[in-house]
Amino acid sequence: MADIQEKIAKLCPEAQFDTTGELLLVTVADEKWHDLAKALKEQLGFDYLNALVGVDWKDSLGVMYYLTNTETQDMIHVKVATTDRETPRLHTVSDLWAVANFQEREVYDFFGIEFINHPDMRRFFLRTDWVGYPLRKDYDMDEKLNPIRLNPEPNEDDTYSLVEDADGNLKRIDKKVFGPDEYVINIGPQHPSTHGVLRYRTSIEGELVKKVDVVSGYIHRGIEKLSEGLTYQSGLLYSERMDYMAAHMNRHCLCLCIEKALGIEVPHRAELIRMMMDELMRLSSHLLSYGCLTMDQGATTAFFYPFRERELVYDIFDKNCGARMSMSYDTIGGVTMDVQPDFVDDVRHACDVIEAHIPEYHKLFSKNVIALGRMKGTGVLTREQAINYAVGGPTGRASGFHCDVRKTHPYSLYNEVEFDEITYNNGDSYDRYMLRLKEMEESIKILRQCCDMMEKEEGHEFCAKVPKLIKLPKGHWYQQVEASRGPIGVYLESDGDPKPFQKPYRLHYQSPCFNLIGVVDLTCKDNLIADLITITASLDYVIPDIDR
Amino acid sequence: MYDFSVVTKWIDDLLTVTCGLPVWLSTTIECVLVGVVLLTLYAVFAMIYIMYERWVCAWIQCRRGPIRVGPWGLLQIFADVIKILTKEVITLWDNDKFLFYLAPYFVVISSITMFACLPWGNGLQIIDMNIGVFFIIAMSSLGVIGILLAGWSSNSKYTLIGAMRSGAQMISYELSVGITMLTVVCLAGTMSITGICQAQEHGWFIFTGHIPAIIAFLIYIVAANAENNRGPFDLPEAEHELTAGYHTEYSGIHYGLFYLAEYLNLFVVSGIAALLFLGGWMPLHIGGWTAFNTVMDYIPSPLWFLGKTFFMTFVFMWIRWSFPRVRIDQMLGLEWRYLMPIGLVNLVVMAVCVSMGWHF
Repeated sequence: MADIQEKIAKLCPEAQFDTTGELLLVTVADEKWHDLAKALKEQLGFDYLNALVGVDWKDSLGVMYYLTNTETQDMIHVKVATTDRETPRLHTVSDLWAVANFQEREVYDFFGIEFINHPDMRRFFLRTDWVGYPLRKDYDMDEKLNPIRLNPEPNEDDTYSLVEDADGNLKRIDKKVFGPDEYVINIGPQHPSTHGVLRYRTSIEGELVKKVDVVSGYIHRGIEKLSEGLTYQSGLLYSERMDYMAAHMNRHCLCLCIEKALGIEVPHRAELIRMMMDELMRLSSHLLSYGCLTMDQGATTAFFYPFRERELVYDIFDKNCGARMSMSYDTIGGVTMDVQPDFVDDVRHACDVIEAHIPEYHKLFSKNVIALGRMKGTGVLTREQAINYAVGGPTGRASGFHCDVRKTHPYSLYNEVEFDEITYNNGDSYDRYMLRLKEMEESIKILRQCCDMMEKEEGHEFCAKVPKLIKLPKGHWYQQVEASRGPIGVYLESDGDPKPFQKPYRLHYQSPCFNLIGVVDLTCKDNLIADLITITASLDYVIPDIDR
Repeated sequence: MYDFSVVTKWIDDLLTVTCGLPVWLSTTIECVLVGVVLLTLYAVFAMIYIMYERWVCAWIQCRRGPIRVGPWGLLQIFADVIKILTKEVITLWDNDKFLFYLAPYFVVISSITMFACLPWGNGLQIIDMNIGVFFIIAMSSLGVIGILLAGWSSNSKYTLIGAMRSGAQMISYELSVGITMLTVVCLAGTMSITGICQAQEHGWFIFTGHIPAIIAFLIYIVAANAENNRGPFDLPEAEHELTAGYHTEYSGIHYGLFYLAEYLNLFVVSGIAALLFLGGWMPLHIGGWTAFNTVMDYIPSPLWFLGKTFFMTFVFMWIRWSFPRVRIDQMLGLEWRYLMPIGLVNLVVMAVCVSMGWHF
């Protein structure tokens, strides 16, 4: 850590350092930021942008960048802020980390920070005629300003970029997303294969896709804004409503983050239960993913088979958590209730059944000549692209990118179990598909070891003692957990408010699916319409996770 | 083998001799009778087929299918028909109304006409044309026009892509269907549908036609599936890509007509497969086994035809529910690179076989 600090100080003497937090914090002025970012990426190997979090500190507006060196797994974070609240402007890093393209648009949407040299400065989630920037602390929530509008969104084709010339003068260049001659077809928002309300404005030539413009925000619920008005316990509820196929992991992540801030030690048994639930959730998610991918390619029958096995997992959730979906099981300090006595037997049974059926899935689809023809070599994402677009999870691993948070930054009890991080090298749709099936076998392996540990477990405590009124000290924390579709990150900032019902100052979810849609244009370009469906299905995103 | 032409002859005699009606009137009455019977059968078979598809599909997918309405869900289909008849026909803005409303009728008329050509039984042929098979091919091409019109006149991008795909697909695969039909015609020595059935009296063509007949049969299964827009070749409607393809904008009974035609086309292609390769209404005969052949003759010929057709339909359904959908380039590649050249070579081989007398 000190080593990195020295190197950064050499690169940028103006940078200030803070080592009191969990990670090294580098504070740098905007003028120096782009040069430093370039040096960080190219010289120090910080090639992975974990998260880009916009924050309103009242006296200033700014962005927190969480960076990882994928070789050494060193993590730092950089704070860049501006005191200009009227026309806040920062330099873009989307030319260095491609993932920043959409992330900066989200920050622009919610904080009104314009990014200089950003290629496409549009709102990401909200309508073009939305008044105000919702996540700013001085946002006017008067409903007369933003009534429910029934007219179509105006000027949705307009975009602009602020270009800085050599002398530092800014010039606004207005552009159109699509040219007048382009044949643009809307795939979505109501479409069977977007898996929810997401819209691709797709420019096609015959059957060939030329450009995909992702229009998101149809089911944006403003979870981050809502969380700022809720106590920590109540805010947990929303974490499961993002990626409902990774409900346990998302909630686990938020709990871990709050526990880290509070300094609570979670009982071993609770951590074990959480981990088992996470893996069961992963199994269920990958089963669904198999079903949807096959369904999207027209193999309707293959859709039904995994649903049969998925019931077993849901029965376990129903029995132990009290609900099939949105389980609300993890809580700050542990889990809400202990598992049922036959939990271990149920898990073992589910593992056996699912394991026995995986060969059937392969038989039905993996070797099918049409399936091979459609998936092999379509939507190739190279390792470099995966890192650049910060695509983790199964999609990243299919490109040969070792990004499993369970291995790189172990949390919970993942240190105590043995499992392999599956990686493939081609990064095409077929690898992404196969990887999920292989990963299910690893999850089963983990679950079996957990069952053994559970049988030997002597502690009965399933939740640590947690104060009824949670007050976090002033500071900010970042926690990552490997969710079903990639690493979910939670950024939590507290202002140390002494009032009894303290609320998070800023809570940001860095959802994996948000990054996944960033590569849709890249992977679908010059493929056929049918390939677009295959590729997006193999990326396996969940819309509520994009529209948080 | 019972010859059903006795029945038709009796009706004809009843009208012309017993009632003493002039020929033009009796012919008109017979035409009306045939039309009524045909349309009724068409509707009944559509319903049977929808149920059949649901049950087969449910069985393949580990489901139970419709079981709630009536005993074994038998009334479900009536409920569906009533629902689709009472649904609103949504009127679109800015589309070509005339062509839009015309399109489903093209599709339905094409399928009814093909339906009418099927060899229902010994003597149950409506008109035994000497160009029967050729007529079927011509009529099946009419359906493409309906689909192209539907896609074009809806004034929607999805339907247009669906229609373009459909045009490309159906025209391509018609070649293969035509070539396989020619292969059989070559073997039978006639284009007449009754003639083809009669020619299989001593063994169905799939058995007597040697390897070329088997190859033709396989090509026919693939090509007929494609021409019928059924999975794995359901690209024109590919619901995961184009929501519903060419009939996206249709609602109510207009959509119902497309639906109806799709199921009946399934019946028709299965029937044609039965005619060309499995003997049509001809019972299973094995050359020389007189006793066995006589026993087989006791089973009425319409039952033979329906049994074979239902078996072929099962094969088509099995394929549909097992395979993923092919992509447009793979679909065209399969036809032009593989099926058509193989079919052409096969036709030549068959011609050689027939001329040398190598078939059984």
